[in-house]
Amino acid sequence: MMGTPTLASWLILGALLFSIGVTGIFLNRKNVIILLMAIELLLLAVNINLVAFSRYLGNLQGQIFVFFVLTVAAAEAAIGLAILVVYFRNRHSINVDDIDELRG
Amino acid sequence: MQNPLVHWSFAIPEIWILVMACVVLLVDLFWGKTQRDLGFWLSIFCLTGAMVLTAAEMGQTGSAFYGQLLMDRFTNTADLAVELLGLLVLLYSRRYLMLRGLYRGEVLALLLFGVLGAMVMVSGGNLLSLYLGLELLALSQYALVAIYRDHLRATEAGLKYFILGALASGLLLYGMSLLYGLTGSLGIQKIGASLSGASPDNYVLIVALVFIVAGVAFKLGAAPFHMWLPDAYQGAPTPVTLFMASAPKIAAFALFVRLLAQGNAGSMAIWQQLFVALAVLSLLIGNVVAIAQTNLKRMLAYSTISNIGFLALGIVAGSQNGLASALFYAVVYALMATAGFGVIVYLSREGFEAEEIDDFRGLVQQRPWPAFLLLLIMFSMAGVPPTVGFYAKIAVFQALVQAGFVWLAVFGVLMAVVGAFYYLRVVKVAFFDPPPEGSRPSGGDPLAGLTLSVNGLALLVLGIVPAPLMAFCFHALQEVM
Repeated sequence: MMGTPTLASWLILGALLFSIGVTGIFLNRKNVIILLMAIELLLLAVNINLVAFSRYLGNLQGQIFVFFVLTVAAAEAAIGLAILVVYFRNRHSINVDDIDELRG
Repeated sequence: MQNPLVHWSFAIPEIWILVMACVVLLVDLFWGKTQRDLGFWLSIFCLTGAMVLTAAEMGQTGSAFYGQLLMDRFTNTADLAVELLGLLVLLYSRRYLMLRGLYRGEVLALLLFGVLGAMVMVSGGNLLSLYLGLELLALSQYALVAIYRDHLRATEAGLKYFILGALASGLLLYGMSLLYGLTGSLGIQKIGASLSGASPDNYVLIVALVFIVAGVAFKLGAAPFHMWLPDAYQGAPTPVTLFMASAPKIAAFALFVRLLAQGNAGSMAIWQQLFVALAVLSLLIGNVVAIAQTNLKRMLAYSTISNIGFLALGIVAGSQNGLASALFYAVVYALMATAGFGVIVYLSREGFEAEEIDDFRGLVQQRPWPAFLLLLIMFSMAGVPPTVGFYAKIAVFQALVQAGFVWLAVFGVLMAVVGAFYYLRVVKVAFFDPPPEGSRPSGGDPLAGLTLSVNGLALLVLGIVPAPLMAFCFHALQEVM
């Protein structure tokens, strides 16, 4: 029973990772760094989807898309961390509950 | 095999902006300290040149780089609008940026990169180019919001905007990956062709569409995906808010046109229902919560949400007429928003932001001309004739009634009445409340003042003769559907 995984199992893995990412963004009340990790997880879940589809459709476009998504994810993380550093300098905390200056 | 460089000339405006943005960065590096205005005028030159280049390509159709970029009338029209709005943002913000130590090359370059991203989104004919354009625009905006880096509010707004924006990109991408799995292609036209006969109870397709609509709604700022919008608008420096309220809305509408109207025309029944929900919620939340605001920037942010609701009404109509009225609405709204935030930029001084509604008390007695322009802008946003906001709303309602959604049109009119209350309250404060003690300094940035006058009067002039702009927008969508 150790054959190659089916497309469905890859898609379920992708969906699970995606759900973990979304849950991480909405339920996390502790640390902004965890939010950034959850965002990365979202993008990686999409990558798994794309690669799985690409493999099973016999079509390379999906894998090319993955390269671009990875690159953009790196740029996104860089900007996110930069904003986080600037924020920390002003607020001296990266606790999610402390992000409450703007509301209403 | 077709030569990939055929029709490369379709990308000339994009290439021009890319090159000029790099030039602005370099010029700032070498001469930024001594020649502070050089980068600013270069950016103005860049956007004016891009408008000329785009106008020169008017009427051509086709695709370039194996379908990565599409060129049709919609591309041209939306590109022109995006470039014009970018130019307005620059003209408004020179003095504001100078007084706050933000008059630097990176602000200008980020703005140009944002405009470039919006243009790539407008002409994107492939999921890949749409995604890259979207991210270029979004990443520039995240950095711009937090560029006032010693200010807690600006950085907090940047952080919130970044997290929710990245979530939106993730949702959109997930939908895109499912679309790719369904069709085996990333090209919009191929996706449209292979999904044209899809059965309406294809669950994977429904899930894909839900994710894509959620992503587009996030970028537009439609409720219930609006949480980032008031915070980002209020916290960002006003010129950045000005930018965020204008060009990206047109780009997000373009994203809708490419992904849903073109790529998923066959499953219109599905996304139409989703947009009904978005429109109703946006109109309700935007208009009702705006009443409670005391900060003008935050109030205008909620007014953005309600205006996106009106735009979504045009999308719900679904017909070519409806989409054209939605594009008209997007362009008109972007002009109104630039003028609205432009007033705040114009009246701000060093150490004074003019962003509370109370700051406008008795404005007419000390600054009659800006007060009159404020009146025009608020009337236009409320949809009072003869301003152009009236025609934008009329066009949307007309398309909606034609498509048989009478109850939605009635709901929209009711919400427009609720909206009129808080717009007219600003006018009341500016015209009938006593001015605060001590006089306002009368000076101001002549460049922003001139831009504001032109922009504000344009709302009136376009309201008296709306036909050319309307025809321009209706013409733009003829080839799309």
